[in-house]
Amino acid sequence: MLHTVDESITPIHIHDMTVAYHKKPVLWDVDLAVPEGKLVGVVGPNGAGKSTMIKAIMDLVPKASGWVRIYGKPYPRARRAIGYVPQRESVDWDFPIHALDVVLMGRYGHVGWVRRPGKRDRERAEEALEKVGMVDFGHRQINQLSGGQQQRVFLARALAQDAQIYLMDEPFAGVDAATERAIIDILMDLRARKKTMLVVHHDLHTVRQYFDWLVLINMRVVAAGETRDVFTEENLNKTYGGRLTVLSEAAQAVADHRGGL
Amino acid sequence: MVEIWAPFWIVLTGALAGASCGLLGAYLVLRKMSLLGDALSHAVLPGIAIAFLLSGSRDVLPMFVGATAGGVVATLLIETFHRRWRVQEDTSIGIAFTALFALGVVLITAFAAQVDLDQECVLYGEIAYTPWDRLFWGERDMGPRPVWILGVVFALDLLIVVVFYKELLIASFDPEMAVSAGISAALMHYVLMGAVSVTTVAAFESVGAILVVAMLIVPGASAYLWSDQLKVILTLSALMGVVSAVAGYFLASAWNSSIAGAMVAAMGAIFAFSLLLAPRYGLLGRFARQARLSIRVARDHVLLKLLRERESRQVSALGWGDLVDATARRISGLALRSLIWQGLIVRENGRFALAEPGITRATELLRNHRLWEAYLNQLGLPPDHVHDPADALEHVTDDHLQREIRMALPNIATDPQGKRIPEAR
Repeated sequence: MLHTVDESITPIHIHDMTVAYHKKPVLWDVDLAVPEGKLVGVVGPNGAGKSTMIKAIMDLVPKASGWVRIYGKPYPRARRAIGYVPQRESVDWDFPIHALDVVLMGRYGHVGWVRRPGKRDRERAEEALEKVGMVDFGHRQINQLSGGQQQRVFLARALAQDAQIYLMDEPFAGVDAATERAIIDILMDLRARKKTMLVVHHDLHTVRQYFDWLVLINMRVVAAGETRDVFTEENLNKTYGGRLTVLSEAAQAVADHRGGL
Repeated sequence: MVEIWAPFWIVLTGALAGASCGLLGAYLVLRKMSLLGDALSHAVLPGIAIAFLLSGSRDVLPMFVGATAGGVVATLLIETFHRRWRVQEDTSIGIAFTALFALGVVLITAFAAQVDLDQECVLYGEIAYTPWDRLFWGERDMGPRPVWILGVVFALDLLIVVVFYKELLIASFDPEMAVSAGISAALMHYVLMGAVSVTTVAAFESVGAILVVAMLIVPGASAYLWSDQLKVILTLSALMGVVSAVAGYFLASAWNSSIAGAMVAAMGAIFAFSLLLAPRYGLLGRFARQARLSIRVARDHVLLKLLRERESRQVSALGWGDLVDATARRISGLALRSLIWQGLIVRENGRFALAEPGITRATELLRNHRLWEAYLNQLGLPPDHVHDPADALEHVTDDHLQREIRMALPNIATDPQGKRIPEAR
C-alpha cells in the first residue's frame, strides 16, 4: 500500500499502531486511513481487537507503538470531534440516574471541567432523545428501559456530543428489530450529513446492506476499503480462518449476495 | 459553662461526622466500593504515625497531612495490585489495608508507645470527651476542637460533591466515557479517596474507627433503597447520618450506654426501617406490588370465566364455588369482593353475574386473549399450545400493544379454535 494521506482532511488516520494488554499484543501494526463521510463497518471474530482499536483511537488503552491522528491532530486536541457509543454492558444500568441525565453526559466534553451544563445543553440532549424516538422516556430510571431502549439512550448521548466522527462498539448487539432499524436510519442520516462512523459489527448478513466501507480485522487489519471490493470470500477466509461455523456463515453471506444480484 | 453545652457539642460532633460520612458513603456504595471505606479508615494509621514521628505533635495539620498521604498510598497500592499485578480487587483491598494497618501498629508501639495514640481510642473513639477538647486561638477559647475540624471537613466534602458533581457522576457511571470526554476518572477516584481519607481521620478521633465504617456504609446503603435519583440519595444519606447521630445520643443518655455504639444502633434501625418500608426497593413495597398483581390476575380470571359461560352456555350467573379458585382461595376471594365493590359484577340470589362495566372489561380481556392466541398461532405455535401463553399475556396487554397485534393480523376474525375475536368497544 503505497499512498500518502492528507492528514487534515482524514477523519481517522492510524499509523503503525500496536496495542498490548499486559505485554501481550492484541493488535499489530495497524495502518488505516478512514475516508470522510463513510459508514464504516469493523468486522472480525471475537477477540480480534475490534473494541481495542476503537479504544486505542480515543487513548482509552495505551499504545505500545504508533500513533493516531484525528483530522491531523492527536486525540487530546480533537476530543470534541468524536462521539462514542460504548458497549451496552460496559455500564451498570441500575445506576440511580434518568435517561435524560445519561444523554446530557454527551455534553460534558463541551461544557468543560466544573461548569454545569446549561439550558442549551439540555435542549441538545432532548433533541437527541427525540431523534432516537425516546423523548417520552427522558425521566425514566434507566433500569426500567429495555435493552433496545438503553442502546438508543447511548446513541442519543453520542448524538448530543455533536461530533464529526462517531465510534460505536456493537450498537446492534442484543437489540430488537425495530431498534436496529431506527439505529441504522440514524446512521444513514449522519452519513448524509458527511459524518464519519466506525461501527463494530457482528452480523455478517447485514454487512453489505449497512456499510459502504469495511475494515476486516483479526489482530491485524486483514483488509480495508470499499465494501464491494473488500467483502469477498477470500478476505473473510483470511479474517475468520479456520473457524468453521463462522466461516460457513461468512460463505453463506457471500453466497446470499451473489444470489441476490 | 462547658457542662451545660456538652450535649449540644456531642450531638453536633456526631451530626457533622454523620453528614460528612453519609455524603461520601453514598458514592462508595454507588461505586460498589463500600469495603474501601473500611480499608481506608485503617490504612491511614501509618500515615498518622509517621506524621507524629516527624512533627512530634498531635496537632491537626500534621495528622491530616499524614492521614491523607496514608489514604492516597493505600489507594495507589490497591490500584497497583489490581491493575498491574492482576490481583483480584477485593483481595488487593484486603492485603493493602491490613498491611498498612499493621505497619501503623508496629510504628506506634515501637517508637511512640509513650504517647496517647492508643488502639482502644482508635477503635471506639470517645465522643463523650469532645466538649472538653478545646481549640485555643492564642488565649481565646474557640470551642471544642472536634467540632471545628469536622465542620471544616464537612464543608470541604460538600464543596467537592457540589463542585465536582458532574465529574463524579460521569466517572462513577461510565469511566471510559469520562476519559474520552477529557474528564479523568482516575483523578476523580483519587479526589474521592482523598476526601474519604481526610473525613475518616477527622471522624475517627471523636467517634472511633468502627462508627466511621458504619457511617460510611449504612446511611448510603439505606438512602439507596429510597430513591433512583443521585441527588436525592446524596441528600438523604447525609440526613440519615445526622438523624442517627442525634437519635443515638438520646438513646445513649436514656440507656446510659456508649454514645458511639448507640449511634451505630440508630443507623442500623434506619437501615432496617428502609429495607422494610422503602416504596420501590423495600420488602413491604415488593410484597404489596406482588399481591396487587395477583389480585388483578385473579379478577381478570373471574371476569373471563363469567363472560365465557355467557357466551358458550348462556349462563349469566355463577356461584361462589365456581368462581373462586380452590388453589388460591384468599386472593381469589379478595378479587371477587373488589369486583363487587367496584360494580363490575352484581350479586343475584347468592349467585354472581357481570354488570355492564364488567362486560366491557371482560370483552376487552377476551379480545386480548384471542388476539394473542391467533398471533402466537401465526408465529408457528400449534393451536393447542397457545392458550397458556395467551393466558399470561392477556393481563399485561395495553391498548397500544393490542393495536399492534391487531395490525399484524389484518384479516383474522377468530382465534385458532374458531372462536370469534370480539371487536374493540
